[in-house]
Amino acid sequence: MSSVNSGYEGGGRTRALFSGLGAIGRVLSMVAITILGLLAVTFFISRVVPIDPVLAVVGDRAPPHVYERVREEMGLHLPVWQQFAIYVTNVLSGDLGTSVLTSRPVAQDIARYFPATLELATLGTLIGTVLGVPLGVLAAVRRGHFIDHLVRVVGLVGYSAPIFWLGLLGLLVFYANLGWVGGPGRLDISYEYMLTPVTGMVLVDAALTGDWAVFRNAISHIVLPASLLGYFSLAYISRMTRSFMLNELSQEYIITARVKGVSEQRIIWGHALRNALVPLITVIALSYAHLLEGSVLTETVFAWPGLGRYITNSLQNADMSAVLGGTLVIGVVFVAINILSDLLYRLFDPRTR
Amino acid sequence: MKIVKALLAAGAILALTLLPTRAVTPDDTLVMASQIDDVITLDPAEVFEFSAAEMVGNSYERLIGYDLDDVSDIFGVVAESWEVSEDGKTLTFTVRQGKTFASGNELTAEDVVFSLQRALKLDLSPAFILTQFGFTADNVEEKIVQTGDYEFTFEMDQAYAPTFVLYCLTSTVASVVDKDLVLEHEVDGDLGHEWLKRNHAGSGPFAIRQWRPNEAVVMERNEHYEPEVPLARVIYQHVPESSTQRLMLEQGDIDIARDLGPEELQALEQLDGIKIQSGVKGGLYYLGLNQKNEYLSKPEVRQALKYLVDYDAIADTIMEGLAEVHQSFLPTGLLGSVEDTPFSLDVERAKELLAEAGLAEGFSITMDTRNTSDITGMGEAIQQTFAQAGIDLQLIPGDGAQTLTKYRAREHDIYIGRWGPDYQDPHTNADTFAANPDNSDDAAAKPLAWRNAWDIPELTKKTQSAILETNTEERARVYEGLQREVMDRGPFVIMFQEIEVMAMQDNVNNFIIGPSFDSNEFGEASKD
Amino acid sequence: MTGTFERTQTLREWLTDNEPSSRTQARFGRAYLSWRSLSRNPLAMLGLIVVVGLILVAIFADQLATQSPFIGGDLRTERLQPPSAEHWLGTDSQARDIYSRLVHGSRLTLMIVVLVTVIAMPVGLLIGTVAGYAGGWLDSVLMRITDIFLAFPRLILALAFVAALGPGIENAIIAIAITAWPPYARIARAETLTIRNSDFIAAVRLQGASTPRIIARHIMPLCLPSVIVRVTLDMAGIILTAAGLGFLGLGAQPPMPEWGAMIASGRQYIIDYWWVATMPGIAIFVVSLGFNLLGDGLRDVLDPKAAR
Repeated sequence: MSSVNSGYEGGGRTRALFSGLGAIGRVLSMVAITILGLLAVTFFISRVVPIDPVLAVVGDRAPPHVYERVREEMGLHLPVWQQFAIYVTNVLSGDLGTSVLTSRPVAQDIARYFPATLELATLGTLIGTVLGVPLGVLAAVRRGHFIDHLVRVVGLVGYSAPIFWLGLLGLLVFYANLGWVGGPGRLDISYEYMLTPVTGMVLVDAALTGDWAVFRNAISHIVLPASLLGYFSLAYISRMTRSFMLNELSQEYIITARVKGVSEQRIIWGHALRNALVPLITVIALSYAHLLEGSVLTETVFAWPGLGRYITNSLQNADMSAVLGGTLVIGVVFVAINILSDLLYRLFDPRTR
Repeated sequence: MKIVKALLAAGAILALTLLPTRAVTPDDTLVMASQIDDVITLDPAEVFEFSAAEMVGNSYERLIGYDLDDVSDIFGVVAESWEVSEDGKTLTFTVRQGKTFASGNELTAEDVVFSLQRALKLDLSPAFILTQFGFTADNVEEKIVQTGDYEFTFEMDQAYAPTFVLYCLTSTVASVVDKDLVLEHEVDGDLGHEWLKRNHAGSGPFAIRQWRPNEAVVMERNEHYEPEVPLARVIYQHVPESSTQRLMLEQGDIDIARDLGPEELQALEQLDGIKIQSGVKGGLYYLGLNQKNEYLSKPEVRQALKYLVDYDAIADTIMEGLAEVHQSFLPTGLLGSVEDTPFSLDVERAKELLAEAGLAEGFSITMDTRNTSDITGMGEAIQQTFAQAGIDLQLIPGDGAQTLTKYRAREHDIYIGRWGPDYQDPHTNADTFAANPDNSDDAAAKPLAWRNAWDIPELTKKTQSAILETNTEERARVYEGLQREVMDRGPFVIMFQEIEVMAMQDNVNNFIIGPSFDSNEFGEASKD
Repeated sequence: MTGTFERTQTLREWLTDNEPSSRTQARFGRAYLSWRSLSRNPLAMLGLIVVVGLILVAIFADQLATQSPFIGGDLRTERLQPPSAEHWLGTDSQARDIYSRLVHGSRLTLMIVVLVTVIAMPVGLLIGTVAGYAGGWLDSVLMRITDIFLAFPRLILALAFVAALGPGIENAIIAIAITAWPPYARIARAETLTIRNSDFIAAVRLQGASTPRIIARHIMPLCLPSVIVRVTLDMAGIILTAAGLGFLGLGAQPPMPEWGAMIASGRQYIIDYWWVATMPGIAIFVVSLGFNLLGDGLRDVLDPKAAR
């Protein structure tokens, strides 16, 4: 929720990252430093958290010698810096460690939970873009009119409502009372075992295997959380579209086109929007990145087995490898999307060329 | 808000056009919504978690079982019969013939001996239940010995009360595993531990087919089990929110909801097609009063606090149907349990006691409180009644692992917690509420008495001698005495005994809620 | 705001004087013009009313509340009562009056917003301006740190800090502040970069002003408006993050009437006793909307570039 509401400066950030240099090596080293820092902060936090990580393994009733043995197996008797060094070395050799809570390799856990988040975030961004861009364009064209105010209010409402609360009310109305949508989780339990995971994204897997019953069921489950996330990304995207469009519409080439007698529809959708799309890509990418970070609250309310909940749950049990692995993935994705959107920006925007 | 709703409605209408009709769970499949994120392993030698213990309980068999309605009635399950030697130190078990594992392998004494030795050699958390009898990883091969295809001996270091031994053998750590299957998956001499964490090698009514952490556990009928198991499949679906569980039950997406609150249960009770089933569990809700705290170390204060909980009101409202008032450390059903409830809310009495302690003005104190709705609800109610006697109780919320870490380090003032017996013998609770062999900060054992820094050498001796008392009636009297002493001066405000409640579809039959968390049985459950 | 001025003819003349005779007059004049354009925006005024209303409710909470927000009534008879003449918004699971709790909760909300701002804004401003003005390795180091914090999912980072510091309202505030400053640093740095090479800074430098002085006296004030706009727009986010922490059980300690925690404790009753979770949700929504409307209006006025 909060991640959707704020912190959208990433575009400017990576642009600064590129400024005055083009050397890929340097960019990469900066990325490496950022991610290493991310890991160090996470590691530090998970070490000062006053939760005993051994408890998650042995439970409350374990006899003392078992407790001590497990503690040593987990390497917790070593100095903190040494533990961190071991962790980083392992990560570099591709080993994210084993989660205490799931007793599976963290990489395997992430491969399972990340697609769930990816699916939700992608659909959310799709909804936000498909609805948000036209709304933003309309608001810009009819500036100061009713529709403009409406778009503004729609956007601000999106920024203002607690998503966990809307989620609860949504479930209450559309699932419990009306029965229009599927409940929490990704699929009805009876469909759950009909599907062999390929990508881990239920919708994609169902489509690939041509299993339309599962597909429809998956849609009915995802539509509510995705609409909620989509609404929050819509709030942001429509806002930015409006602003970019106003900028374009005041440019001289628009006036020239008008003088030449080009139809207004073509000017708006053809010329202005096409040019506004360039910065919009960055905006959409950032909004996507924030949804990908895993909306802990949405995932909690909808029992969605995503990455955000995985990290939170691991954190609450001091399951260090899992927390670090999850944070690492999110950090990499975040930075990668930033760089990607920045590259796109530089590719398409004549001014930065 | 209108716009939000309009948008949501638009999305929902979109979905409506795609929607199939509501799915109902298949007739041969039982689907439960439950909080199963506590499952971290499925190896019976390691399992200690509520959900996992229930799964192991339904997929493995143990040597001994007990009547779920009358815990004092013990009978053999894998064991057909047993004999106690003259000196009382050795038990000779005869294993029942004709039992078959889910793998198709036959169950023999070799499997039983292997399972017990394995649990002791792996020496994981629950192994202490067996080490109580003098076994160690090193001596177990000489002490638990196979003497025939269906016979083995079990040699202890002392003549323990036979019931004590037998109750310990009803616990999940004494489950019989399929030796051949487990050893097929042995890696680096781990006795198949890594493999068994995520797999199954038992002879119970069900076989665990799949465990997807924080998502689901799928169990399937053990085709070799006698008598035939009615259900083909049982699925635990992880649903953390109780309101969600309720919605899913109402919508027919699940058959049983496991973690509902009193209000939800009340509402469901009114509905056609849904029934409520409950059973008294061994879990106790209690307050732990740290004796390192200057106020709490005064006996009058400890006593006063026992008069400052509105036991009845909490049991009738916040915990309605989920708990009953219980004030001794042995839950109802265990040998020697004391059923009196001498304490009730009595603010005047408490004030007098506080005045005697020189604290008529009251004092300020903290309580570490798990942020689950039941514990927080109780905490807030207690906060209000404490305030009536001038005690300012500040609740410090935290996650389970966090509050527990603090409790185990004796850094709390008051801890509100829940304690469940590890097995059905009174020693399990006496050993933690009424024994503290070493009260120093770096003590090895951390029983509840230690955690609250209650130094009780005399009581500890009494507790430790009780397991050698072979006369059952005499033994019960000892435990009664221990309970009364803890009631009178102990640093525990024991408040409630837990009741487990499930709401289920009307067509679910024969699901049995047993007295412990590993004795909820669905081997005979069916749907019609 | 400057709305406290007595609006006499002469005052307005003084404020709108085209040739201000003093720096103060010019400053007030600018503020007055901003206020006038703000007051022409009905949505922003609505936001202002909500925010002022919140402040008033917080100040007069003791007078406005009808019952104790902490001590409930009889558990057996007064629990989970629907809205009525006695309990305007009903009672919660501890038989406490929801209306009184909401009124007192406004203090917590306001406290969270103010304290987070007071901690995060100066930090962000300082780091951003120093990085932007100094450039070089210092810039790189500071911006890497900022990047690291930005790459974290905000709620998870806050959660982690609360877990490390221990739950409670003060720690929640610190945790939110830790996650809130990076965007301000970004903005301040960007502004600084555009100002750094301007003529007037060069002039000040030639006069021999020290670097700290230049940053503190000349650069920071110029960065302030855009940071303030950003902070105002963020206030709703702060409220929502705090509510999210409360919802996850890591915010305020019970029985504090923190709105997010109230939703959390009401969510298990949402189907049969809808008011318990719905009322605090509405309160959060209205207040964040108020801050958003006000921030939006302020941006139009103070930051015309972004307002377009």
